[in-house]
Amino acid sequence: MHDKTIAELSQALHAGEVSSVELVEHQLQRIEALDPRLNSFITVSREEALTEARQADARLRSGDAGPLTGVPIAHKDIFCTRGVRTSCGSRMLDSFVPPYDATVVERMRAAGAVILGKTNMDEFAMGSSSETSFYGPVRNPWDVERVPGGSSGGSAAAVAAGLTAGATGTDTGGSIRQPAALCGVTGLKPTYGRVSRWGMIAFASSLDQGGPMARTAEDCALMLPAMAGFDERDSTSIQREVPDYRQGLDAPLDGLRIGLAREHFEHGLDEGVGGAVEEAIQELRRLGAETVDISLPSSNLAVPAYYVVAPAEASSNLARYDGVRYGHRASHPTDLWDMYTRSRGEGFGAEVKRRILVGTYALSAGYYDAYYLKAQKVRRLISEDFRRAFDQADVIVGPTAPGTAFHVGEKADDPVTMYLSDIFTIAVNLAGLPGMSIPAGQSDGLPVGLQLIGNYFDEGRLLNVAHRFQQATDWHARVPPGFE
Amino acid sequence: MSLGPEDVDRIAELACVAIDEQDVPAYAQNLSAILAFVEQMDQVDTEGVAPMAHPQDAVQRMRPDEPTETDQREAFQAIAPQVEGGFYLVPKVIE
Repeated sequence: MHDKTIAELSQALHAGEVSSVELVEHQLQRIEALDPRLNSFITVSREEALTEARQADARLRSGDAGPLTGVPIAHKDIFCTRGVRTSCGSRMLDSFVPPYDATVVERMRAAGAVILGKTNMDEFAMGSSSETSFYGPVRNPWDVERVPGGSSGGSAAAVAAGLTAGATGTDTGGSIRQPAALCGVTGLKPTYGRVSRWGMIAFASSLDQGGPMARTAEDCALMLPAMAGFDERDSTSIQREVPDYRQGLDAPLDGLRIGLAREHFEHGLDEGVGGAVEEAIQELRRLGAETVDISLPSSNLAVPAYYVVAPAEASSNLARYDGVRYGHRASHPTDLWDMYTRSRGEGFGAEVKRRILVGTYALSAGYYDAYYLKAQKVRRLISEDFRRAFDQADVIVGPTAPGTAFHVGEKADDPVTMYLSDIFTIAVNLAGLPGMSIPAGQSDGLPVGLQLIGNYFDEGRLLNVAHRFQQATDWHARVPPGFE
Repeated sequence: MSLGPEDVDRIAELACVAIDEQDVPAYAQNLSAILAFVEQMDQVDTEGVAPMAHPQDAVQRMRPDEPTETDQREAFQAIAPQVEGGFYLVPKVIE
């Protein structure tokens, strides 16, 4: 059953061919047997999952069931789950058991999705390789010597390995799309404000956005409505109706204008990745799309601007971890100052501390204009580039990441090189646009992702293009050897 | 902007984060590299560009000034490092 999509599982559950308890037991066994190779889960919530599965089966029998009822999924360990430890990959929150559910968790529970557990991630979502977790690095199922990407690397690896059919992720600079690309799965970062951030542990609040990760676009179209929608508890949530994304999935692509940005095919793009992306664009042309050349002239400034905006907001958001009300507290503090500084020094890992320091510096007296204000102005230029591009194109298509999965440890000591893993994804967050990554080929046996960028609230169109592509290709159905 | 060990100490103090003395030189090196990288922004003239704080230029919503939260003191204190009689305990602040 683990090779089935959410759509197929849903059908089998509704037809009574399988029960949720059977599905959940199967997935739990698979996690137990295979996850030691991947480390994609931080917490497996076996007992809770079985209880929820029994409740889902009752709902299915009584006819009170939706498309996700009884379907086992996993949540990135950044989403608060009532009664289940939520660590955010950090020693700081190693003992944190939230007394409430994040809005995303609450809504997916209401839809009947069963939570298998919490997936591993870069600490506080700060990373592009899932190596900075307090719980150890996540491995890529396509080659366990390589990283799965990050920060939602646990979710991506778990879906790719068939440990779960779907998982949630969050994307601040590419953290859904880049691991989706490196693991060969489908991931969608919605428009900023589409999915509530309430109960989703904050990293950079003007960029953070939760979204679905699964094998197919159709599965993402099933998951997104259960995650999205207005939430008065999130002050930046957008009041706008969530469509039934399944409706438009099959629409033909005839006349669709695909924008190709020159800037996406420079910057030392790996040759194998470039070739696979060209092939995928050919496939979209065969499906009826037209291509137009566009330009995003400020895109080379996206990563620099991001590494001011994101650390600045992080330094502010992470100021809450003071060892007083929850989280790690250093033992035997001599005074209050000692307690604050040592709790934070011990609780945060090296990359998180780096970003807190960069952000603190950028926001400190005398430097605010040169860094944060400058970055916000550059952010405007980047956003204007996209606005102009969407006058000419309906969707912008290019590579998700400049290369395939790299080796564990390869970029760990060089933050700037690591940051450039997100060179194609970061501008989308700065502009607040929806973006997707879909499996589009392989290079030396490793998955290549195709990024689709849409205009604001055009998630439906991205899912439509992705679905038509997946009807014509089988890259999304490839299974890593050893995880059949 | 190149940062030295004394800069790292000062920023760490502002950020309320203890950094092990032996790690300070590495932080100085990393932070300098990151700042040199982000200073690429200076290549572009942003005179007259309005800073962007929200992707859709939305403003914070207002809500009626009515209580919306229920009292969950027990649930919240159950996860605290140290509490007593409904209070959070910290090291002595005033002598």
